[in-house]
Amino acid sequence: MDWIDFATPKTISEAVELLASKGDRARLIAGGTDLLVQLRGGRRSVDLVVDAKQIPELNEMSYSPQNGLVIGAAVPCYLIYADNAIAEAYPGLIDAASLIGGIQIQGRASLGGNLCNAAPSGDSIPPIIALGGVAHIAGSNGSRQVAAEDFCTGPGRNVLQDGEMLVSINIPVPVAHSGASYLRFIPRNEMDIAVVGVGTSVVLDESGQNFVSARISLASVAPIPVFAKEAGDSLAGKPVSEATIQEASEKAIAAATPISDMRGTIRQRNHLVGVLTRRTLNIAVERARGG
Amino acid sequence: MPGPTHVQATINGEEVNFLCEPRQSLLEVLRDVLGMTGTKEGCNDGNCGACTVLFDGRIIDSCLVLGVEIQGREVTTIEGLATADGLHPIQQAFLENAALQCGICTPGFIVAAKGLLDEEPDADEGRIRHWLAGNLCRCTGYDKIVRAVLDAGEKMK
Repeated sequence: MDWIDFATPKTISEAVELLASKGDRARLIAGGTDLLVQLRGGRRSVDLVVDAKQIPELNEMSYSPQNGLVIGAAVPCYLIYADNAIAEAYPGLIDAASLIGGIQIQGRASLGGNLCNAAPSGDSIPPIIALGGVAHIAGSNGSRQVAAEDFCTGPGRNVLQDGEMLVSINIPVPVAHSGASYLRFIPRNEMDIAVVGVGTSVVLDESGQNFVSARISLASVAPIPVFAKEAGDSLAGKPVSEATIQEASEKAIAAATPISDMRGTIRQRNHLVGVLTRRTLNIAVERARGG
Repeated sequence: MPGPTHVQATINGEEVNFLCEPRQSLLEVLRDVLGMTGTKEGCNDGNCGACTVLFDGRIIDSCLVLGVEIQGREVTTIEGLATADGLHPIQQAFLENAALQCGICTPGFIVAAKGLLDEEPDADEGRIRHWLAGNLCRCTGYDKIVRAVLDAGEKMK
C-alpha cells in the first residue's frame, strides 16, 4: 500500500471539509473490508483515508415503529442483526447482513460501505432497494437524499461527488402485512460472492391472499444492482399464486442483463434469477402473513 | 508525507504505546512493530482468517484493520490466551484432539473459537462450523478442529 494519511474527524462538517480538500484522492473508511483490500491491491489509490467511525451520525442505529430504521453508514453488520427489534421488523435486511463475508468481516463491514462500494454483487443492496431504502448524503453544498436504486452508477461507482459522504441509510416503517427476503446463490455454504442475489419485499392485503405491491431487486446480473420495477409492479392487485409469482419471476429475468464470467454463465444466471425471485417472494409472503 | 503516528491501546490486557505509519495494518503492527508473531499472515485480504484477533471482544481479521484504528481500543491476540498456570482450555483441546497439522491457521482458529465460546459455550456443531467459516485450514479437513472446539466448550462451561 502506498503512503496514506489518516484523519479522524469528529463531526460531519469536519469530514466533509477533509474530503473536499482532497477530491478523489480522499476516501471515507468504515469497516475497511473492501477499501483496504483495494488500496493494498493497487485497484484504488488515495492520499487521505478519513475515518467514519468517530462521527456520531454515522454510528447511529435507531428503529422506531413511527420513524422506521436509520442505519449510520459506519454501523457494522453484527450490530444490526444482534438488535432484536430490527431483526424482527426487517428480516429481509438481516438475511443479507448475516451472510456478508464471515463473522470476522461482519464485525467490521457496514451496509453503508457495501452500498458505497457499489459492487454489482453487494449482498445488502437488493434488500435495501426492495425495502425502499434512501441514502442520506452530506456534502460541501449541503445534504441530499437519493433512493437506494439510484445510488450505484457503475461497478465501484456511485452518485457521491467529491466532498460528499454517505451519512446513513434510512428504511421506511414496514407497513402491516408486509414481508421481505434476500437469497443468493453461491457454490458453497459461506464466504463467497453471489453468482446471483435477489431481494424482494411484498405488501399483502388484510386477507393475506392478494398482493398490494411488491419490489424486486437483483444482484450480480448487471453493472449495477438492478431494480426490477416492472417485475414487482406486475404483482400489484394480483392474487398470491404460483402463476402470478411465475410471471413476476419471468419479468425479473427480463430485467437482468448478466454476463458470463468465472462465477457463472448468462444462462445459469438467468435461470437463478427466476428461481431466487420465486423463492424470495414465497418467503416474503410467508413473513407478511406472520409465518 | 505524514510521519509515524503515535497509538495507545490495550493489547492482551497491557497498555501499549507504539509508532506506526497509517498505511500499516494491525497485522503488520503486531508482527513487525511489536514483535508479536503469534498472529499469522495468510491471504492478507480477509479471506483466510489466519490473522484473526479479538477487537473489543469481537473477532476481526487484523489484516483489514489499520494499526491507527486501534487507538484507545482493546485487542487480544493468541499470545494473550495462555496464563502462568498453563494453556487456555481451547489450546489444550486443540492439542488433545490433534486439531492441527502445519499450524499456520491454528492461532486464528483458536482466537476465533474464543470469540464464540466466551459468548456461547453451548455452541453446537452447526453453530461452530458457521462461526469458523471465515477461517481456512488446508490440512485437517476441519473435523478435528470442530471436535476440539466442542470439547473446549464443554470444559469452559
